[in-house]
Amino acid sequence: MSAHTEAHHGPPEAHQSSRVDARVLGMFLFIASEVMLFGSFFTAYFFVRVSGHQPWPPHPFHLPVFVAGINTAILVTSSFTMHWGLTSIKRGNRAGLQAGLLLTFLMGLTFLLTQIREYSRLGFAPSDQAFGTIFYCLTGLHGAHVFVGLMLLLFATIRAFRGHYTPEAHQGVEIPGIYWHFVDVMWIVVYSTVYIL
Amino acid sequence: MRNPFRSEAEAYRFLLLTIGYFGAILIATLAGGKWAGLAIFAGLTLAGLYWFFRRGESERPVQTAPRRRGGEDERRILVIANETVGGATLRETIRERTAGYRANVLVVSPALNSPLKHWVSDEDAARAGAQQRLDASLARLRESGVEAEGEVGDGNPLQAMEDALRTFGADEIVISTHPEGRSNWLERGVVTGARERFVVPITHVVVDLEAESEDVRQAPT
Repeated sequence: MSAHTEAHHGPPEAHQSSRVDARVLGMFLFIASEVMLFGSFFTAYFFVRVSGHQPWPPHPFHLPVFVAGINTAILVTSSFTMHWGLTSIKRGNRAGLQAGLLLTFLMGLTFLLTQIREYSRLGFAPSDQAFGTIFYCLTGLHGAHVFVGLMLLLFATIRAFRGHYTPEAHQGVEIPGIYWHFVDVMWIVVYSTVYIL
Repeated sequence: MRNPFRSEAEAYRFLLLTIGYFGAILIATLAGGKWAGLAIFAGLTLAGLYWFFRRGESERPVQTAPRRRGGEDERRILVIANETVGGATLRETIRERTAGYRANVLVVSPALNSPLKHWVSDEDAARAGAQQRLDASLARLRESGVEAEGEVGDGNPLQAMEDALRTFGADEIVISTHPEGRSNWLERGVVTGARERFVVPITHVVVDLEAESEDVRQAPT
Protein backbone atom coordinates (compact mmCIF):
# COMPACT_ATOMS: atom_id res chain seq x y z
CA MET A 1 0.00 0.00 0.00
CA SER A 2 1.43 3.35 -0.94
CA ALA A 3 1.94 6.23 1.46
CA HIS A 4 -0.71 8.14 -0.39
CA THR A 5 -3.49 5.61 0.25
CA GLU A 6 -2.41 5.14 3.88
CA ALA A 7 -2.97 8.83 4.54
CA HIS A 8 -6.58 8.79 3.31
CA HIS A 9 -9.35 7.08 5.23
CA GLY A 10 -12.70 7.98 3.74
CA PRO A 11 -13.73 11.35 2.38
CA PRO A 12 -11.83 14.46 3.44
CA GLU A 13 -13.05 16.32 6.47
CA ALA A 14 -15.61 19.02 5.66
CA HIS A 15 -14.05 22.43 5.54
CA GLN A 16 -15.79 24.93 7.77
CA SER A 17 -14.21 28.22 8.56
CA SER A 18 -17.02 29.47 10.78
CA ARG A 19 -16.36 29.55 14.53
CA VAL A 20 -20.01 28.69 15.24
CA ASP A 21 -21.52 25.22 15.28
CA ALA A 22 -23.31 24.67 11.95
CA ARG A 23 -26.69 23.95 13.58
CA VAL A 24 -26.52 27.05 15.78
CA LEU A 25 -25.40 29.07 12.77
CA GLY A 26 -28.42 27.77 10.85
CA MET A 27 -30.75 28.87 13.65
CA PHE A 28 -29.01 32.25 13.81
CA LEU A 29 -29.44 32.82 10.07
CA PHE A 30 -33.06 31.75 10.35
CA ILE A 31 -33.64 34.22 13.19
CA ALA A 32 -31.88 36.95 11.19
CA SER A 33 -34.35 36.36 8.34
CA GLU A 34 -37.19 36.40 10.87
CA VAL A 35 -36.03 39.75 12.23
CA MET A 36 -36.27 41.11 8.69
CA LEU A 37 -39.73 39.60 8.25
CA PHE A 38 -41.00 41.12 11.49
CA GLY A 39 -39.17 44.34 10.56
CA SER A 40 -41.25 44.66 7.39
CA PHE A 41 -44.47 44.22 9.37
CA PHE A 42 -43.35 46.75 11.98
CA THR A 43 -42.52 49.20 9.20
CA ALA A 44 -46.10 48.86 7.93
CA TYR A 45 -47.41 49.26 11.48
CA PHE A 46 -45.42 52.44 12.18
CA PHE A 47 -46.43 53.83 8.79
CA VAL A 48 -50.12 53.23 9.50
CA ARG A 49 -49.80 54.69 12.96
CA VAL A 50 -47.78 57.80 12.05
CA SER A 51 -49.61 58.62 8.84
CA GLY A 52 -53.05 58.19 10.46
CA HIS A 53 -52.69 61.30 12.71
CA GLN A 54 -55.15 59.70 15.12
CA PRO A 55 -54.95 58.39 18.67
CA TRP A 56 -53.97 54.73 18.93
CA PRO A 57 -55.99 52.55 18.65
CA PRO A 58 -58.19 54.68 16.38
CA HIS A 59 -61.81 55.24 17.33
CA PRO A 60 -63.95 53.08 17.76
CA PHE A 61 -61.48 50.18 18.25
CA HIS A 62 -60.35 48.87 21.66
CA LEU A 63 -57.53 46.48 22.41
CA PRO A 64 -57.69 43.95 25.28
CA VAL A 65 -54.63 45.35 27.08
CA PHE A 66 -55.26 43.56 30.36
CA VAL A 67 -55.79 40.07 28.92
CA ALA A 68 -52.85 40.57 26.58
CA GLY A 69 -50.80 41.64 29.62
CA ILE A 70 -51.65 38.40 31.42
CA ASN A 71 -50.80 36.52 28.24
CA THR A 72 -47.47 38.37 28.09
CA ALA A 73 -46.69 37.32 31.66
CA ILE A 74 -47.48 33.70 30.74
CA LEU A 75 -45.20 33.80 27.70
CA VAL A 76 -42.35 35.46 29.61
CA THR A 77 -42.69 32.87 32.37
CA SER A 78 -42.49 30.13 29.74
CA SER A 79 -39.05 31.44 28.80
CA PHE A 80 -37.97 31.15 32.43
CA THR A 81 -39.08 27.51 32.54
CA MET A 82 -37.37 26.86 29.22
CA HIS A 83 -34.10 28.18 30.62
CA TRP A 84 -34.62 26.22 33.83
CA GLY A 85 -35.16 23.02 31.85
CA LEU A 86 -31.97 23.50 29.86
CA THR A 87 -29.96 24.44 32.94
CA SER A 88 -31.29 21.28 34.61
CA ILE A 89 -30.11 18.90 31.90
CA LYS A 90 -26.71 20.60 31.87
CA ARG A 91 -26.48 19.60 35.54
CA GLY A 92 -27.72 16.10 34.83
CA ASN A 93 -31.20 16.71 36.29
CA ARG A 94 -33.52 14.91 33.86
CA ALA A 95 -36.67 15.51 35.91
CA GLY A 96 -35.96 19.25 35.81
CA LEU A 97 -35.60 19.11 32.02
CA GLN A 98 -38.86 17.20 31.63
CA ALA A 99 -40.77 19.52 33.97
CA GLY A 100 -39.23 22.63 32.36
CA LEU A 101 -40.10 21.57 28.83
CA LEU A 102 -43.60 20.42 29.75
CA LEU A 103 -44.39 23.66 31.59
CA THR A 104 -42.98 25.69 28.71
CA PHE A 105 -45.13 23.81 26.24
CA LEU A 106 -48.28 24.17 28.34
CA MET A 107 -47.75 27.89 28.89
CA GLY A 108 -47.05 28.42 25.19
CA LEU A 109 -50.24 26.54 24.35
CA THR A 110 -52.18 28.65 26.88
CA PHE A 111 -50.82 31.81 25.24
CA LEU A 112 -51.87 30.67 21.78
CA LEU A 113 -55.34 29.51 22.83
CA THR A 114 -55.93 32.76 24.75
CA GLN A 115 -54.90 34.76 21.71
CA ILE A 116 -57.28 32.80 19.47
CA ARG A 117 -60.07 33.31 22.03
CA GLU A 118 -59.36 37.04 22.11
CA TYR A 119 -59.54 37.24 18.32
CA SER A 120 -63.15 36.02 18.52
CA ARG A 121 -64.02 38.74 21.06
CA LEU A 122 -62.22 41.73 19.58
CA GLY A 123 -65.16 43.00 17.59
CA PHE A 124 -63.19 43.90 14.48
CA ALA A 125 -61.81 41.93 11.56
CA PRO A 126 -58.64 42.16 9.44
CA SER A 127 -60.70 43.93 6.78
CA ASP A 128 -61.66 46.77 9.16
CA GLN A 129 -59.38 49.65 8.11
CA ALA A 130 -55.60 49.57 7.97
CA PHE A 131 -55.58 49.30 11.76
CA GLY A 132 -57.42 45.97 11.72
CA THR A 133 -55.19 44.64 8.96
CA ILE A 134 -51.89 45.51 10.62
CA PHE A 135 -53.09 44.38 14.06
CA TYR A 136 -54.07 40.93 12.82
CA CYS A 137 -50.98 40.67 10.60
CA LEU A 138 -48.55 41.46 13.41
CA THR A 139 -50.20 39.40 16.13
CA GLY A 140 -51.06 36.63 13.65
CA LEU A 141 -47.48 36.47 12.38
CA HIS A 142 -46.31 36.16 15.96
CA GLY A 143 -48.98 33.56 16.69
CA ALA A 144 -47.75 31.50 13.74
CA HIS A 145 -44.26 31.62 15.22
CA VAL A 146 -45.59 30.50 18.59
CA PHE A 147 -47.23 27.57 16.83
CA VAL A 148 -43.93 26.57 15.19
CA GLY A 149 -42.19 26.97 18.55
CA LEU A 150 -44.78 24.71 20.14
CA MET A 151 -44.10 22.02 17.55
CA LEU A 152 -40.36 22.21 18.33
CA LEU A 153 -41.11 22.09 22.04
CA LEU A 154 -43.45 19.14 21.58
CA PHE A 155 -40.75 17.10 19.87
CA ALA A 156 -38.18 18.12 22.47
CA THR A 157 -40.57 17.24 25.31
CA ILE A 158 -41.39 13.83 23.84
CA ARG A 159 -37.70 13.12 23.39
CA ALA A 160 -36.96 14.25 26.95
CA PHE A 161 -39.58 11.82 28.31
CA ARG A 162 -38.14 9.05 26.13
CA GLY A 163 -34.79 9.48 27.83
CA HIS A 164 -32.96 11.50 25.21
CA TYR A 165 -30.48 14.29 26.05
CA THR A 166 -27.55 14.20 28.42
CA PRO A 167 -25.48 16.91 30.16
CA GLU A 168 -23.05 16.67 27.20
CA ALA A 169 -25.55 16.28 24.32
CA HIS A 170 -28.62 18.51 24.50
CA GLN A 171 -28.52 20.36 21.20
CA GLY A 172 -32.12 19.29 20.57
CA VAL A 173 -33.20 21.48 23.51
CA GLU A 174 -30.71 24.27 22.96
CA ILE A 175 -31.99 25.17 19.50
CA PRO A 176 -35.73 25.24 20.36
CA GLY A 177 -34.69 27.28 23.40
CA ILE A 178 -33.01 29.92 21.24
CA TYR A 179 -36.08 30.03 19.00
CA TRP A 180 -38.48 30.25 21.95
CA HIS A 181 -36.62 33.19 23.50
CA PHE A 182 -36.64 34.93 20.13
CA VAL A 183 -40.43 34.46 19.88
CA ASP A 184 -40.72 35.89 23.39
CA VAL A 185 -38.57 38.91 22.53
CA MET A 186 -40.73 39.61 19.48
CA TRP A 187 -43.90 39.43 21.57
CA ILE A 188 -42.53 41.93 24.07
CA VAL A 189 -41.88 44.32 21.17
CA VAL A 190 -45.38 43.67 19.72
CA TYR A 191 -47.15 44.06 23.06
CA SER A 192 -45.24 47.20 24.04
CA THR A 193 -45.67 49.01 20.75
CA VAL A 194 -49.11 47.85 19.59
CA TYR A 195 -51.01 47.48 22.87
CA ILE A 196 -49.44 49.96 25.29
CA LEU A 197 -47.48 52.80 23.69
CA MET B 1 -19.23 41.68 18.41
CA ARG B 2 -21.16 38.53 19.31
CA ASN B 3 -24.69 37.84 18.23
CA PRO B 4 -27.17 37.52 21.11
CA PHE B 5 -28.63 34.27 19.76
CA ARG B 6 -25.39 32.27 19.71
CA SER B 7 -26.64 30.01 22.49
CA GLU B 8 -29.76 29.53 24.58
CA ALA B 9 -28.07 31.15 27.58
CA GLU B 10 -27.23 34.26 25.55
CA ALA B 11 -30.71 34.38 24.03
CA TYR B 12 -32.16 34.16 27.55
CA ARG B 13 -29.92 37.02 28.71
CA PHE B 14 -31.03 39.03 25.69
CA LEU B 15 -34.65 38.36 26.60
CA LEU B 16 -34.08 39.67 30.14
CA LEU B 17 -32.45 42.79 28.70
CA THR B 18 -35.41 43.25 26.35
CA ILE B 19 -37.83 42.98 29.28
CA GLY B 20 -35.81 45.58 31.23
CA TYR B 21 -35.53 47.86 28.19
CA PHE B 22 -39.22 47.90 27.28
CA GLY B 23 -40.26 47.85 30.93
CA ALA B 24 -38.32 51.05 31.61
CA ILE B 25 -39.73 52.75 28.51
CA LEU B 26 -43.30 51.76 29.41
CA ILE B 27 -42.96 52.92 33.01
CA ALA B 28 -41.42 56.24 31.92
CA THR B 29 -44.16 56.77 29.33
CA LEU B 30 -47.02 55.91 31.67
CA ALA B 31 -45.57 57.99 34.52
CA GLY B 32 -44.05 60.96 32.72
CA GLY B 33 -45.71 61.05 29.32
CA LYS B 34 -44.51 60.67 25.74
CA TRP B 35 -41.34 62.77 26.05
CA ALA B 36 -40.15 60.99 29.19
CA GLY B 37 -40.60 57.66 27.39
CA LEU B 38 -38.73 58.98 24.36
CA ALA B 39 -35.85 60.21 26.57
CA ILE B 40 -35.54 56.81 28.27
CA PHE B 41 -35.72 55.10 24.87
CA ALA B 42 -32.90 57.27 23.47
CA GLY B 43 -30.77 56.97 26.61
CA LEU B 44 -31.11 53.20 26.93
CA THR B 45 -30.58 52.64 23.20
CA LEU B 46 -27.33 54.64 23.20
CA ALA B 47 -26.12 52.98 26.41
CA GLY B 48 -27.00 49.54 25.02
CA LEU B 49 -25.16 50.14 21.75
CA TYR B 50 -22.10 51.48 23.60
CA TRP B 51 -22.03 48.46 25.92
CA PHE B 52 -22.61 46.00 23.08
CA PHE B 53 -19.69 47.25 20.99
CA ARG B 54 -17.32 47.72 23.94
CA ARG B 55 -18.05 44.23 25.21
CA GLY B 56 -17.06 42.82 21.83
CA GLU B 57 -13.67 44.53 22.03
CA SER B 58 -12.83 43.24 25.50
CA GLU B 59 -14.12 39.71 25.00
CA ARG B 60 -11.56 36.94 24.82
CA PRO B 61 -11.79 34.99 21.56
CA VAL B 62 -12.79 31.33 21.38
CA GLN B 63 -9.65 29.17 21.23
CA THR B 64 -9.11 26.79 18.35
CA ALA B 65 -7.06 23.61 18.69
CA PRO B 66 -6.33 21.94 15.33
CA ARG B 67 -6.52 18.17 15.08
CA ARG B 68 -3.15 16.44 14.85
CA ARG B 69 -2.48 15.23 11.32
CA GLY B 70 0.37 13.32 9.77
CA GLY B 71 2.67 10.65 11.15
CA GLU B 72 4.83 10.70 14.29
CA ASP B 73 7.92 11.43 12.24
CA GLU B 74 6.28 14.33 10.49
CA ARG B 75 6.48 17.97 11.50
CA ARG B 76 3.80 20.25 10.04
CA ILE B 77 4.68 23.91 10.03
CA LEU B 78 2.26 26.62 9.02
CA VAL B 79 4.07 29.76 7.96
CA ILE B 80 2.16 33.02 7.76
CA ALA B 81 4.05 35.72 6.03
CA ASN B 82 3.54 38.24 3.37
CA GLU B 83 6.45 40.28 2.08
CA THR B 84 8.85 38.77 4.58
CA VAL B 85 8.44 35.16 3.50
CA GLY B 86 11.67 35.19 1.54
CA GLY B 87 13.79 36.36 4.45
CA ALA B 88 16.86 34.30 5.40
CA THR B 89 15.91 34.38 9.10
CA LEU B 90 12.60 32.74 8.33
CA ARG B 91 14.20 30.09 6.14
CA GLU B 92 16.68 29.33 8.91
CA THR B 93 13.88 29.04 11.46
CA ILE B 94 11.94 26.60 9.29
CA ARG B 95 15.05 24.46 8.85
CA GLU B 96 15.62 24.44 12.63
CA ARG B 97 12.04 23.49 13.42
CA THR B 98 11.92 20.62 10.95
CA ALA B 99 15.38 19.21 11.66
CA GLY B 100 15.16 15.44 12.23
CA TYR B 101 11.58 15.23 10.99
CA ARG B 102 9.83 14.73 7.70
CA ALA B 103 8.95 18.34 7.00
CA ASN B 104 5.57 19.41 5.74
CA VAL B 105 5.53 23.16 5.36
CA LEU B 106 2.60 25.25 4.19
CA VAL B 107 3.20 28.91 3.49
CA VAL B 108 0.11 31.09 3.54
CA SER B 109 0.33 34.53 2.11
CA PRO B 110 -2.68 36.67 3.10
CA ALA B 111 -4.18 38.71 0.27
CA LEU B 112 -3.78 42.02 2.07
CA ASN B 113 -6.17 44.64 0.84
CA SER B 114 -7.41 48.08 1.75
CA PRO B 115 -10.63 48.17 3.83
CA LEU B 116 -12.47 50.01 1.04
CA LYS B 117 -11.46 47.48 -1.60
CA HIS B 118 -12.32 44.65 0.78
CA TRP B 119 -15.85 45.93 1.34
CA VAL B 120 -16.47 46.42 -2.37
CA SER B 121 -15.08 42.92 -3.10
CA ASP B 122 -12.23 44.29 -5.22
CA GLU B 123 -9.77 41.55 -4.27
CA ASP B 124 -8.34 40.42 -7.59
CA ALA B 125 -5.26 42.65 -7.48
CA ALA B 126 -4.58 41.80 -3.82
CA ARG B 127 -4.77 38.07 -4.52
CA ALA B 128 -2.60 38.35 -7.62
CA GLY B 129 0.01 40.31 -5.66
CA ALA B 130 -0.05 37.78 -2.83
CA GLN B 131 0.30 34.93 -5.34
CA GLN B 132 3.35 36.58 -6.93
CA ARG B 133 5.05 37.05 -3.57
CA LEU B 134 4.17 33.50 -2.62
CA ASP B 135 5.63 32.05 -5.83
CA ALA B 136 8.85 33.99 -5.32
CA SER B 137 9.04 32.93 -1.69
CA LEU B 138 8.47 29.26 -2.44
CA ALA B 139 11.19 29.40 -5.07
CA ARG B 140 13.62 30.92 -2.57
CA LEU B 141 12.71 28.33 0.06
CA ARG B 142 13.34 25.53 -2.45
CA GLU B 143 16.71 27.06 -3.33
CA SER B 144 17.68 26.90 0.33
CA GLY B 145 16.54 23.29 0.68
CA VAL B 146 13.10 23.76 2.23
CA GLU B 147 10.31 21.99 0.35
CA ALA B 148 7.09 23.85 0.92
CA GLU B 149 3.65 24.28 -0.53
CA GLY B 150 1.77 27.52 -0.52
CA GLU B 151 -1.58 29.16 -0.84
CA VAL B 152 -3.07 32.61 -0.81
CA GLY B 153 -5.16 33.19 2.29
CA ASP B 154 -7.79 35.55 3.63
CA GLY B 155 -6.85 39.21 3.86
CA ASN B 156 -7.13 39.01 7.64
CA PRO B 157 -3.98 37.14 8.79
CA LEU B 158 -5.80 35.59 11.79
CA GLN B 159 -8.59 34.30 9.59
CA ALA B 160 -6.03 33.02 7.08
CA MET B 161 -4.35 31.09 9.91
CA GLU B 162 -7.62 29.64 11.13
CA ASP B 163 -8.66 28.54 7.64
CA ALA B 164 -5.28 26.89 7.08
CA LEU B 165 -5.40 25.14 10.47
CA ARG B 166 -8.72 23.54 9.60
CA THR B 167 -7.48 22.02 6.34
CA PHE B 168 -3.76 21.58 6.99
CA GLY B 169 -3.53 21.31 10.79
CA ALA B 170 -0.13 22.27 12.21
CA ASP B 171 2.29 21.34 14.95
CA GLU B 172 3.53 24.87 14.99
CA ILE B 173 2.75 28.24 13.48
CA VAL B 174 5.53 30.54 12.39
CA ILE B 175 4.55 34.17 11.91
CA SER B 176 6.97 36.30 10.03
CA THR B 177 6.80 40.07 10.40
CA HIS B 178 8.88 43.16 9.81
CA PRO B 179 10.66 44.65 12.83
CA GLU B 180 8.60 46.66 15.31
CA GLY B 181 7.90 50.13 14.05
CA ARG B 182 7.71 48.97 10.44
CA SER B 183 5.30 46.09 10.92
CA ASN B 184 1.62 46.73 10.40
CA TRP B 185 0.83 43.24 11.74
CA LEU B 186 2.62 43.93 15.03
CA GLU B 187 0.80 47.22 15.34
CA ARG B 188 -2.51 45.41 14.89
CA GLY B 189 -1.57 42.75 17.44
CA VAL B 190 -1.65 39.82 15.00
CA VAL B 191 0.94 37.78 16.93
CA THR B 192 -0.77 38.40 20.29
CA GLY B 193 -4.16 37.64 18.73
CA ALA B 194 -2.87 34.38 17.27
CA ARG B 195 -1.51 33.31 20.67
CA GLU B 196 -4.93 33.98 22.20
CA ARG B 197 -6.88 32.14 19.51
CA PHE B 198 -4.83 29.08 18.61
CA VAL B 199 -3.71 26.32 20.95
CA VAL B 200 -0.54 25.63 18.95
CA PRO B 201 3.06 26.70 19.64
CA ILE B 202 3.63 29.98 17.85
CA THR B 203 7.02 31.31 16.85
CA HIS B 204 7.36 34.92 15.89
CA VAL B 205 10.19 35.58 13.49
CA VAL B 206 11.25 39.15 12.87
CA VAL B 207 12.73 39.56 9.43
CA ASP B 208 14.57 42.73 8.60
CA LEU B 209 14.49 42.66 4.83
CA GLU B 210 16.29 45.99 4.59
CA ALA B 211 19.25 44.72 6.61
CA GLU B 212 19.30 41.47 4.63
CA SER B 213 19.33 43.27 1.32
CA GLU B 214 22.06 45.52 2.66
CA ASP B 215 24.07 42.39 3.47
CA VAL B 216 23.54 41.14 -0.03
CA ARG B 217 24.66 44.43 -1.47
CA GLN B 218 27.75 44.49 0.70
CA ALA B 219 28.73 40.88 0.01
CA PRO B 220 30.53 41.33 -3.35
CA THR B 221 32.77 44.15 -2.13
